[in-house]
Amino acid sequence: MDLSLKRRSLIGGGILGFGTLLSKLLPSSAFAQTPTSADTSTPSGHSVPVHGGSMTMGDVDNSRNGFDPQNILTDWEVGKVSQLPNGKTLREFEISIAEQEVEIAPGVVYPAWTYNGRVPGPTLRVTEGDRVRIRFKNPGVHPHTLHFHGIHSARQDGVPGTLEAFPEQEVVYEFDAKPFGCHLYHCHSAPFKRHLHKGLYGAFIIDPDPKQHPDQQEKAQSRLLGSPQNAKWQEFLMVMNAFDTNFDEENEFYAVNTIPHEFMKRPIQIERDRPVRVYLINVTEFDPINSFHLHGNFFDYYDHGTTLIPTLRTVDTIMQCQAQRGILEFTFQKHELGIYMFHAHQSEFLELGWMSAFEVVA
Amino acid sequence: MRKTLLWIILPLVALALAIGVFLSSNPLEPLGVSAPPIEKLTVERTLLGDQGISLLVRTSGSEPMQIAQIQVDGAYWQFTQTPPGELPRLQTAWIKLPYPWVRDEAHHIRFITDTGIGFDHEIAVAVPTPQFSLIRILAYALLGLYIGVMPVTLGMLFYPALKQLGGQGMKFILALTVGMLAFLLVDTLEEGLELATKSASAFSASALVWLVAITSFLAIFAIGRQGGKSPEGKALASYLALGIGWHNLGEGLAVGTAFAAGEAALGSLLVVGFTLHNITEGIGIAAPLVDARPKFTTFLSLIALAGLPAVIGTWIGAFTFSPHWAAVFLGIGVGAILQVMVEVGAYLIRTAHRSGSNWLSTVSLIGFSLGLAIMYGTALLVNF
Repeated sequence: MDLSLKRRSLIGGGILGFGTLLSKLLPSSAFAQTPTSADTSTPSGHSVPVHGGSMTMGDVDNSRNGFDPQNILTDWEVGKVSQLPNGKTLREFEISIAEQEVEIAPGVVYPAWTYNGRVPGPTLRVTEGDRVRIRFKNPGVHPHTLHFHGIHSARQDGVPGTLEAFPEQEVVYEFDAKPFGCHLYHCHSAPFKRHLHKGLYGAFIIDPDPKQHPDQQEKAQSRLLGSPQNAKWQEFLMVMNAFDTNFDEENEFYAVNTIPHEFMKRPIQIERDRPVRVYLINVTEFDPINSFHLHGNFFDYYDHGTTLIPTLRTVDTIMQCQAQRGILEFTFQKHELGIYMFHAHQSEFLELGWMSAFEVVA
Repeated sequence: MRKTLLWIILPLVALALAIGVFLSSNPLEPLGVSAPPIEKLTVERTLLGDQGISLLVRTSGSEPMQIAQIQVDGAYWQFTQTPPGELPRLQTAWIKLPYPWVRDEAHHIRFITDTGIGFDHEIAVAVPTPQFSLIRILAYALLGLYIGVMPVTLGMLFYPALKQLGGQGMKFILALTVGMLAFLLVDTLEEGLELATKSASAFSASALVWLVAITSFLAIFAIGRQGGKSPEGKALASYLALGIGWHNLGEGLAVGTAFAAGEAALGSLLVVGFTLHNITEGIGIAAPLVDARPKFTTFLSLIALAGLPAVIGTWIGAFTFSPHWAAVFLGIGVGAILQVMVEVGAYLIRTAHRSGSNWLSTVSLIGFSLGLAIMYGTALLVNF
């Protein structure tokens, strides 16, 4: 191992450890952000609404929807795993279309099209070089496809004319997973825009194969699902999406993982001492870009996740074009406990639902 | 007799049966029609106070509807709805938004229903809604006196001069009155139809304006001609005062709502404009009295009849405005004005006959045109 790298990580570790100890010495009341019963009310005794009342009313019935945005954060689907004669790992998935109503904001029902009954669709997580086989069923009344971002042949592209599943049909996609990174898949049937904003998209994450990256073994290991190095990380999938409920080509609701303000009302709990990795994908229709801004902290960013060294270091805001995605890495190790917001830094988006929070806990 | 009764009941029963069958058998099914519910939402009142924004909304969709979320200035905002839950057709509900609105600025509110449809409402200039208090009631009454009572009184001061007029002069004044009334007729009708567009669509308020206008015209006309002939002198002056009074009610509404909606500059201009505008009204009311010897109290009651509705109008406009009722009021006004036009016209014809001339002459045409022109000219002050 490179000596200087070791020294640097030792110093870093030391600083982190010291910070942790120091913060442990402070009384918890010093953490202004930690909600206590005392500071949830104003002097007049009225309770203060979350973010000053700037919030959607009520809650979405997740059980009726059949999916929970909180679960989508960490719900990786690795498929049915087997070994091919040539030694390759085969991962088989089944994806089915469901044209169904989804409560996309409290009390607002949207006639969505979904992969496996959820928006975003299942998060497919494989390892670089794996053989991926997806049985795609379409019991709906419109033609649909699966178009994967990644490297594959024209025959597997999932555009009209290529492996398009017509109503009551089934097609099979099969390709090798490459390059490693944070990708997506979506329907490519026409009309394209309508198929997308109705909910036909999902995450496709290809973890790097550490064997193929001897120079960055450690980093690759930390990304590889199931490895002990990966277990140290707190990983979340966040798909930035939006809904045009009156079909005027402007979105009424913005969110990560579909439900506006969900993570503001129920912040995502993170353990202070474990680093955080966010797989971030933008599938927002009608607005050319979306963005991600983290409060009280900075992060390293890996554009498309296709590198093991950051493409941007120490930033607190990034923007993504439609279908752009990346990996964010950060830690709250030296921070006070409490609520840290993250949101789109287009004020329009955040006030229309794309406003969320982490709750850093000990 | 019993047979007659049977032939009244039988068709009605058959009709009820037919409707029942239609509703229960879903005859639209073979057409492949799945009619989505048509949703409509109208904001009837907007109140701005220390606690935020309160809105009285009325639903008029084809089916019950549910307000799911509300945006204020492009941000989702927490709100309370009374009564809560789904709103049946034509139901009203108060929506309270604890929103920190900004004085003198515009705010945009969008209601999102459970189907994702949006309904927009604009607050053009945010100012605190006047609270119901004695001082305010008096202040609004004063505005009403300014636009209604004062100009009519000033107009009546022309009475001694009118008495000096000969036959031609009288014809001129009467034609002037008809011209003025013609303007008020069009103006009131327009105002009523405009308010109709702001009310819940289920009320079909614009049709209501027309129908109320026709009915009230016929009613007042019939009452006026109870004696078998057209009203003259004091009676005609009273009908003129009544018709103009209805119109002034409408002007009061405009001033009251303008002030209540925070458009103080507009409100002030309206007061000045209406005051100037209405001076001719007094002249018109006094004209039929030229041959009579009216008492002083007659003048006072005529002034009250023509001017005080403006006071009531400002109160309604400021404190309890609802567009469909205001449209109905203005519809009555249209009918009342039309009745006076007909009666003053008849009086003009008789006056002309008596002085041995034709009703349509250069003098009467100039009078009519001048009446329109004066009204149009002074209306420039109040129309934006």
